[in-house]
Amino acid sequence: MIAPSSISNPTLEGTDDDQLLRVSLGPQHPSTHGVFRMNVVLDGETIVSLKPVFGYLHRNHEKIAECGPYLHSMPYTDRLDYICPLTNNWAYALSVEKLAGIEVPERAEYMRVILGELTRLINHTSFMGFILGDMGAWGSALMYAFREREKILDLFEHLTGARMMANFMRFGGCRYDLPEGWIGQVSTIIDDYGPFLDEMEQLLIGNEILLARTQDVGQLPAEKLINGGVTGPMLRAAGISYDIRKVEPYGIYDRFDFRIPLGEKGDCYDRIMIRFLEMRESLKILRQAIDGLPEGDFIHPKAKLRNFKPPVGEAYGRIEGPKGELGFHLVSNGTTDPYRFRVRAPSFINLTLLEDMCLGLDLADVVIILGSIDIVLGEVDR
Amino acid sequence: MKSDTQSDPRPAPAKSGKWVLPGLGLLQGLAVTGRNLIESFYKKERMTTIQYPEQRAPISPNYRNIPFLCYDDNPEAGLRCTACKICEKSCPPQCIYIVMDRDEHGKVRNRPKVFDIDSSVCMGCGLCAEVCPFDSIYMDGEFELATDDRFDSLQLHLDDLSKSAEYHLQLRPKQATEVLERRKADAEKKAAKAAAKAKADAEKKAKAEAEKKAAAEAESEPEAATEKNENEAPEAKKAEAPQQELKAEQPKEEGGGE
Repeated sequence: MIAPSSISNPTLEGTDDDQLLRVSLGPQHPSTHGVFRMNVVLDGETIVSLKPVFGYLHRNHEKIAECGPYLHSMPYTDRLDYICPLTNNWAYALSVEKLAGIEVPERAEYMRVILGELTRLINHTSFMGFILGDMGAWGSALMYAFREREKILDLFEHLTGARMMANFMRFGGCRYDLPEGWIGQVSTIIDDYGPFLDEMEQLLIGNEILLARTQDVGQLPAEKLINGGVTGPMLRAAGISYDIRKVEPYGIYDRFDFRIPLGEKGDCYDRIMIRFLEMRESLKILRQAIDGLPEGDFIHPKAKLRNFKPPVGEAYGRIEGPKGELGFHLVSNGTTDPYRFRVRAPSFINLTLLEDMCLGLDLADVVIILGSIDIVLGEVDR
Repeated sequence: MKSDTQSDPRPAPAKSGKWVLPGLGLLQGLAVTGRNLIESFYKKERMTTIQYPEQRAPISPNYRNIPFLCYDDNPEAGLRCTACKICEKSCPPQCIYIVMDRDEHGKVRNRPKVFDIDSSVCMGCGLCAEVCPFDSIYMDGEFELATDDRFDSLQLHLDDLSKSAEYHLQLRPKQATEVLERRKADAEKKAAKAAAKAKADAEKKAKAEAEKKAAAEAESEPEAATEKNENEAPEAKKAEAPQQELKAEQPKEEGGGE
């Protein structure tokens, strides 16, 4: 029995060092999460130490953003968490609007909520597919998830011009107005999504193999999660009610009636279930947003595309992304380029507690725990 | 660690409190898979395969991939691009390269001599099309860009990029119609303004000549005649001025109505 230790000080005491096996898991990780490597020390099947190694997908996002005007970074934010580009766009636009004091028209706010919640649906649905892939159920679940995801991506393409690299939000609104009939298509998707979630739940939650492999795996005490800065479904699965949509409502989230699902134990099973429940809440928000969508401008009439210079100062805008708190910290020195551009990436910060979750468990559990954190390497490495 | 937590097993939440047939969850899952399998053979919305090169899925109207340059009528003279380099500056990966065209005296000719887009660098964000003030650069829906040459063929030059306004109209009817109507109105306004200016110039010239003539006559005639001419001239000017303004305003109203 090896006591769990902190990441900074792994102890291998009490083990016979000759018996330990050092394995380099990755960097081509077999479970679709991207180029991520873990240096694992094993005692038989048990994890003694686990060191995450990342940076293989580092693209210098923050420095590139500091070398160009504010608008240049908008298409690059699509490429942070490429599963959900529109929430990234939103977080960045929100930060710049905070920095420059730009107001967003009512219609644009509603559009953002609709797109943001659709993105949450996409993210959580693909998560279901990926985690089943991690458990060895390659195929069915992922295909069902991607089938539904594709319907929403078609809508995104219709609206923004690209399935994933949307580049849609602008400082003070959105890029285009909604095309004719788009809202109708969204409501069809929302109506079909409930039955799809029922089907997914029927496929997954009673499954004995899934229960055996996820229940009581990867738990951490709530204090440790809070101290580690973990946010999003990971934190809420442990029973801590912290959702920025409620805690610090951005946009117009204070107008919607929805609840924050909470888990009980914070194991991998709770993390799966919490995403199912969140999707149902998202559907609720979407219905309200579609009903309340007003007519009007989709972008602030005085919004500037070129030669945009926010006043000197700094701002931190954050949203509840599908993976957790996504924030952009911008420092302006009054020129067209940001002086400092910093991304608070939820995938990256949630990943830092990976070792603590895995210690003492089997090697096979590591893959599920990694899947349950729901990382995207584009955001981890930036 | 693991054994500690396993001593506290949790019942399956869906069926808490009831005795559950072992393996029932698996069977339920299998029922879903089976239903999906059977549905995929007869449900129309499930049979989505498209035999690609022969059949093509419709491209959504906003779809964007790579920019093109729009010209009216003639690719040489009708090119809308004025080589202002705004798109070059606003391109995040800096894939646009523009050289202004100059005549033999080094005077700028308001058209590009070189307009290159490196399609291997372009990420299709569409910012260039968004900022262009001359309605010149738009996003193309072309996606079959594969070539067998890594370098030269991926570098798109001015003649590869130039596409007619009709192509734009076909690709994005709504956007192109708006742009064409606006351009037509602008051109009419411009022409009307130019015509009004030409007319005013001509009148001014005629008046100047008349004055000259009168002055020449006045030199030979006695003083009384010059006084008369001077009195007349400001009145004539006053009468003409409002007419000019009216002419300049008329096309503006027409343009707004369209």
